[in-house]
Amino acid sequence: MTFYERMMNLDRRWVYLVIGLVVVVTAIWSFAVPLYVTPEVRSVYDFVESLVPGEILMIGVDYDPAALAELHPMSYAITRQCFAKDVKLLLCCLHQNGPGMVEQVVAQVAEEYGKVNGVDYVYLGYKPYPGITILAMGQNFRIPFPEDYYGTPLDSLPMARTLTNFDNVKAIINISAGSGTEYWINYANGRYNAKLAIGVTGVMTADYYPFLQSGQIFGLIGGMKGAAEYEYLAEKGGYITREKGQLWASKSMPIQTTTHIVIILFIVIGNVGYFMSKRKK
Amino acid sequence: MRRTLPIAVVAGVGFFMLIQYFIPREEFETLYEWALDWTMVIGCFAMALGLYSLTNMMVTKVRRKAEGWGYSLVALVGLFFMIFVGIVPHYQDSLKYGTLFMDIFEYIYIPIQAAMFSLLAFYIASAAYRAFRARTVLATILLVSAIIIMLRLVPLGPLSAVNQWMVNFILTVPNMAAKRAFWLGVGLGATATALKIMLGIERGYMGRD
Amino acid sequence: MGTAELIWNGVAAFLVMSIYSFLYKDNPFYKFAEHLVVGVSAGYFAMILYYNAFLPKLINPLRAGQYWYIIPGILGLLMWARFSQKWQWLSRPTLGFVIGSGAGVAIPLYLQNYVIRQVHATMLPIGFTSWPLITNVLIIIMVFCALAYFFFSKQHKGAFGAAATFGIWTLMVGFGAGFGMTVMGRVALLAERVVFLRDYFAQLWGALF
Repeated sequence: MTFYERMMNLDRRWVYLVIGLVVVVTAIWSFAVPLYVTPEVRSVYDFVESLVPGEILMIGVDYDPAALAELHPMSYAITRQCFAKDVKLLLCCLHQNGPGMVEQVVAQVAEEYGKVNGVDYVYLGYKPYPGITILAMGQNFRIPFPEDYYGTPLDSLPMARTLTNFDNVKAIINISAGSGTEYWINYANGRYNAKLAIGVTGVMTADYYPFLQSGQIFGLIGGMKGAAEYEYLAEKGGYITREKGQLWASKSMPIQTTTHIVIILFIVIGNVGYFMSKRKK
Repeated sequence: MRRTLPIAVVAGVGFFMLIQYFIPREEFETLYEWALDWTMVIGCFAMALGLYSLTNMMVTKVRRKAEGWGYSLVALVGLFFMIFVGIVPHYQDSLKYGTLFMDIFEYIYIPIQAAMFSLLAFYIASAAYRAFRARTVLATILLVSAIIIMLRLVPLGPLSAVNQWMVNFILTVPNMAAKRAFWLGVGLGATATALKIMLGIERGYMGRD
Repeated sequence: MGTAELIWNGVAAFLVMSIYSFLYKDNPFYKFAEHLVVGVSAGYFAMILYYNAFLPKLINPLRAGQYWYIIPGILGLLMWARFSQKWQWLSRPTLGFVIGSGAGVAIPLYLQNYVIRQVHATMLPIGFTSWPLITNVLIIIMVFCALAYFFFSKQHKGAFGAAATFGIWTLMVGFGAGFGMTVMGRVALLAERVVFLRDYFAQLWGALF
């Protein structure tokens, strides 16, 4: 077997070992990574920044722990920015294993800012059939959510008394790892003209540029890089601080850099080996 | 009757939900809200179907002492323990942050689920090395586009600005155009499928007699 | 980090490393963690479904005297007839109701959002006097060519064939962009878990020494 053929038939566990070593070494000896903030992320940040105390922003959180790395930092950064500005939050979760993720974010951040459930934020909880739930919310939040996540009737919550449907929220930011985003675009924005921005995983980001260009969404936070860009802006705005460990996505960006370099090298080596072994034949 | 009634229900409910979109009258809005409400109640039972299926499969495996039944027992213990801690100490307050129920979610479910999906990073690196070949013109175009996008996470000094411009161009022009064609296809295909379902041409959901 | 949090995070770290052990080969630690997460997630979802769906949408309204909810409740129970070979036909009307309502609302909205608004957004001002106008020309050409590629009722020959070829090139650039983003997405999952392990072991070291 020639060198190139041996290279092509390498046990995949050697590849895993190289990736593992690169990630661990970068995690231990980290470095700063320069960030370029894209217009689509900046438009979401600027919109939240433009909200005044008392206005209500809705966050639709539709992800489970599988997408934690990319989407949880977005949820934390946006929630911290809103609570710091005394913007009220209306949250819901339409992913079956996601309600705990929202509870984790809202309980921790509300405690940091002294925010009270029912007064400063309302967490509606989960319902099955996301498309139907969004359509029902567009008519009246009480149809799908007569009670909040904790079992409290919606009408007994001071903040919810001013809420009927999407017309009462300034915008919706949907942070999603699956088909939930399509439902929000189709139903919330499509039928009820709700102002909508989305935060999605890296896998999904490229798919939603047509909706950004058509104006159906006003902002797009894409993957971990998008989350890191948002954290960068939020840090500049004084809403999150590095010292408190609140820049979650940014901590992982150096690993992204080194791993991407290694994967590009793998692609190049793989192709060199392929063409060299083809030439030998 | 066993097949005609469901088809009639699909057609009736489907056409009502279709036409109510165009008729802004209060009676239609009320019926529309009822239909949405009922669908959500039915959805609760539908979701429970999946849970029952999974539990039944695990119980059967343990009862028959099939290969790997010990692991199914672990899954069943996990399932029933979560239900127990979700009901017994605090009832609905178990859903609040800081309870044992949420601690298990945070320190057992989240780490395992996140770790399982993080294995994909290794698999994509292995796939990039073993399978990603510039064999044809089309594969080369895909490869070049992918590498330009991947390089946006690598500091390239003075070339970073050029790379960012190229990434922005790729995402907002050819990628956007390609995905627009894709969404147009999805929209037309979904509309055609929905019409076929409502007209009773598509009947796969009924299963066999 | 308090002692309880240290212990819980230790459990989480052990489970994460059990999952990563699969990269070498399948083993009992991985199987244990895999089955544990299946059970825990099923139990978690069972509680969420009960507290967030069944209670507020069915049980509490019935308790409050809104007895008409019995009807969707019965329809939902009929869904469970799917488990019986003999009685599974009883679930079809309920399934028809759900599918019909989904199909009916989908038609106007899919057409509006995936077709009409996307076509409308493609009707851009064109020209060659500035870069935005040139990119508009490129977008229009690329969308048409990508759609031409998917039109299989006409042979891809001559001018149409050239358009279809340019269309597939556009699609390949889009797929390459998607792949580049996917790599970032997968690596993100791994990076976060490794950062978690790093931070935990640093805390553990600090607590022990």
